[in-house]
Amino acid sequence: MKLNSNIPAGELTAKWGAHKAAIKVVSPANKRKLDIIVVGTGLGGGAAAASLGELGYNVKVFCISDSPRRAHSIAAQGGINAAKNYQNDNDSVYRLFYDTIKGGDYRAREANVYRLAEVANLIIDQCVAQGVPFAREYGGLLDNRSFGGAQVSRTFYARGQTGQQLLLGAYAALNRAVSKGNVKSYPRHEMLDLVVEDGEAKGIIARNLVTGELERFGAHAVVVATGGYGNVFFLSTNAMNSNGSAAFQCYRKGAAFANPCFTQIHPTCIPVHGDQQSKLTLMSESLRNDGRIWVPKKMEDVKAIRSGAKKASDIDEKDRDYYLERRYPAFGNLVPRDVASRAAKERCDAGFGVNETGLAVFLDFKTAIERLGVDVIRARYGNLFQMYEKITDVDPYKEPMMIYPAVHYTMGGIWVDYDLMTTIPGLYAIGEANFSDHGANRLGASALMQGLADGYFVLPYTIGNYLAKKIQEPKVSTDTPAFEQAEKAIEDKIAKLLSIKGRHTVDEFHKKLGHVMWEDVGMARSKESLERAIVEIAKLRKEFWKDVYVPGQNGEFNQEVEKALRLVDFLELGELMARDALNRNESCGGHFRVEYQTPEGEAMRDDKNYAYVAAWEYKGEDAAPVMHKEELHFEVAHPAQRNYKD
Amino acid sequence: MENKLMNLTLKVWRQKNAKEKGGFETYPVEGISPDTSFLEMIDILNNKLIHEGKEPVAFDHDCREGICGMCSLYINGHAHGPDSEITTCQLHMRKFRDGDTITIEPWRSAAFPVVRDLVVERQAFDKILQAGGFVNVNTGGVPDANAIPIPKEDADESMDAAACIGCGACVATCKNGSAMLFVAARVSSLAKLPQGKVEAARRAKAMVAKMDELGFGNCTNTGACQAECPKGISVSHIARLHREFLSAKFKD
Repeated sequence: MKLNSNIPAGELTAKWGAHKAAIKVVSPANKRKLDIIVVGTGLGGGAAAASLGELGYNVKVFCISDSPRRAHSIAAQGGINAAKNYQNDNDSVYRLFYDTIKGGDYRAREANVYRLAEVANLIIDQCVAQGVPFAREYGGLLDNRSFGGAQVSRTFYARGQTGQQLLLGAYAALNRAVSKGNVKSYPRHEMLDLVVEDGEAKGIIARNLVTGELERFGAHAVVVATGGYGNVFFLSTNAMNSNGSAAFQCYRKGAAFANPCFTQIHPTCIPVHGDQQSKLTLMSESLRNDGRIWVPKKMEDVKAIRSGAKKASDIDEKDRDYYLERRYPAFGNLVPRDVASRAAKERCDAGFGVNETGLAVFLDFKTAIERLGVDVIRARYGNLFQMYEKITDVDPYKEPMMIYPAVHYTMGGIWVDYDLMTTIPGLYAIGEANFSDHGANRLGASALMQGLADGYFVLPYTIGNYLAKKIQEPKVSTDTPAFEQAEKAIEDKIAKLLSIKGRHTVDEFHKKLGHVMWEDVGMARSKESLERAIVEIAKLRKEFWKDVYVPGQNGEFNQEVEKALRLVDFLELGELMARDALNRNESCGGHFRVEYQTPEGEAMRDDKNYAYVAAWEYKGEDAAPVMHKEELHFEVAHPAQRNYKD
Repeated sequence: MENKLMNLTLKVWRQKNAKEKGGFETYPVEGISPDTSFLEMIDILNNKLIHEGKEPVAFDHDCREGICGMCSLYINGHAHGPDSEITTCQLHMRKFRDGDTITIEPWRSAAFPVVRDLVVERQAFDKILQAGGFVNVNTGGVPDANAIPIPKEDADESMDAAACIGCGACVATCKNGSAMLFVAARVSSLAKLPQGKVEAARRAKAMVAKMDELGFGNCTNTGACQAECPKGISVSHIARLHREFLSAKFKD
């Protein structure tokens, strides 16, 4: 396998412009003859399918839910970044680029990140034109707020439902393309394999989730936009059906998988309540604009709060440890997510956690309510406060929220070049499913930016480079040995799962895997814990194939079959994550190896040895994967230890 | 916080597929914490059923934080259950008492056929939106986002309507099976903004025609939809839909 990132030559600021001028364009008459499959309908997939359809390609779009609008992008709360500089706070494309590279702890590709910052402004224009009701000032112009890792206000938002509104914009564009006949939508269809012929992506096998039938779809190019794989941890903020299977099938068919260990643990989630819990709920990062994070200074106060003898509001100002403000005066509560999460863990590990389990800190709005009044806070965060109260039965206007870090996002993903093409020609990966823009840590409000950038403004251009070579090729036939074999392999896999009839349910295995992942491949990793995880996961995988019980049949709506197929892939992906984390003998962003930290407990990068993307090549079921390096070159943003202190 | 575990009796609608007839089955569940969510309680039931060699109850769910609109249970005669302004996934067991019997059904509407057990097909909503629930702009070539100032009140009102999650509780609740609140929310959200105003009348006409064609019932202004809407969408948007619809008819 050869990794060629295809980064255009020239000055960083001129690369995208020069590349666009050089990209091949497919004529309208030829676009009509070309078929594209888009898998996933979140911000990346929805925007891409709509835009490609508008351009005149024949698009087939697939989603696992009953409607494209359910994709998990819908749950993004806080906002979307752009470098509009509407606030006159000296923001610029360069500053957005620099913050993103630095926030990613210098493990992302400069050229991709610069392009992302360049097209970000177009996204805001596009969404407004679609009728996205962003928050506005009384003068009628757009409002902004701040997010972690930035000292400017560049985040556009629609109350606490920004992801929903942006997705409804992309979904509306998709509906329009469907109505014009350019896009055909396949809801309740799950991609179970990628079909590769003569080394090129030629289509997919999808399972119709209502009937259980396997269906073949051919195309000149396949776009995977299936999001992240955070659910490998069982408990995460991801939706229950979010999974890594489509991406993992691409990996098995020859697409390199990059930086799988880069996982984002989000600092502000509602703490785990008990072992009946099925998922974790995020409280938007935007809350850190006005909320202050603290634990008591005195252990006696911690004990009193845990026993119920005292409430948070009983603790005097002078007895509170606003530890982020103390440790990081320049950024305070708005440090990046990885830093905030580790700081919370540090306080809780030291015994200062404020709930029964000792795994919670306070997020307090007292100061903000005193300064701005309840009405302003309600206008800004009303829906989040309501959500918190419904889940916990505690009124956050009166008592501070309790929060704790939880798995939220995966920066790692399918390796792509500058055109967003994977190592399999004709296969593209966009949005969270690829690895390219966030390095080792993603900044808040940047996931929406990346998904829409890829879908609206990057892929529709870059895909021309490949498709221009395909204008002479007829429709892809699905009546070939490659399609047949792929379909047969899935049939066999499902039949095998149903035939085991063991003693444990899919969820029980998934919980076990999640436990290993959280304890040994979670927020603090060590050589020892990772080696243990690799052994444990292999053991669990064996046990799963011997002892799982999947009820029902294949030829019907069967959610246990769906879950089992996804877990099969998580059981391999988890091991790959551990291997990648073990290989990376440094700490960077969300990847924290306890052996590599500064005396103050900050992540210690090793730029001399690890300034590269680790791209893993699949070598077969029982073989160890092979790692390929893409060296990262920093021509403009020179790596330095991240400083959020001054 | 009261943390006593609860024992409950569930009466759950079971139906193999769209063609076969369905019926209620009764299942006991034990040891449920009041802090458990309603869907987690069904997870527990399903895990138990699988261990007993029975088929688990099929139900739609995804984000489990009240925004994707996937969950769709009719609980004790209420869409999304007894609490107000929440989806099923946000309902917690503290709203029930130890010993309660809880009846769980799918959305019932001619336009939403049952797929299995508690799962229904809501593609009719996609079809209504495909008939006109968008602004006719292509990707690219649009003006700067701040080129057209929009009064804050209009943007806020548009956002109120845009909060609809497309779950279908309004249809399931309406005695006529009308999708009027769903259609009105989209029409109203776009009509309040200059970008959507251009095509407002045509959009209203096309979406209403599609709604009628797909077998949804008529609106008789009972207001039940607003009462059960998990996002508190107001029936005042239906009034705006009527205005846009009439103005389209006058132009015909």
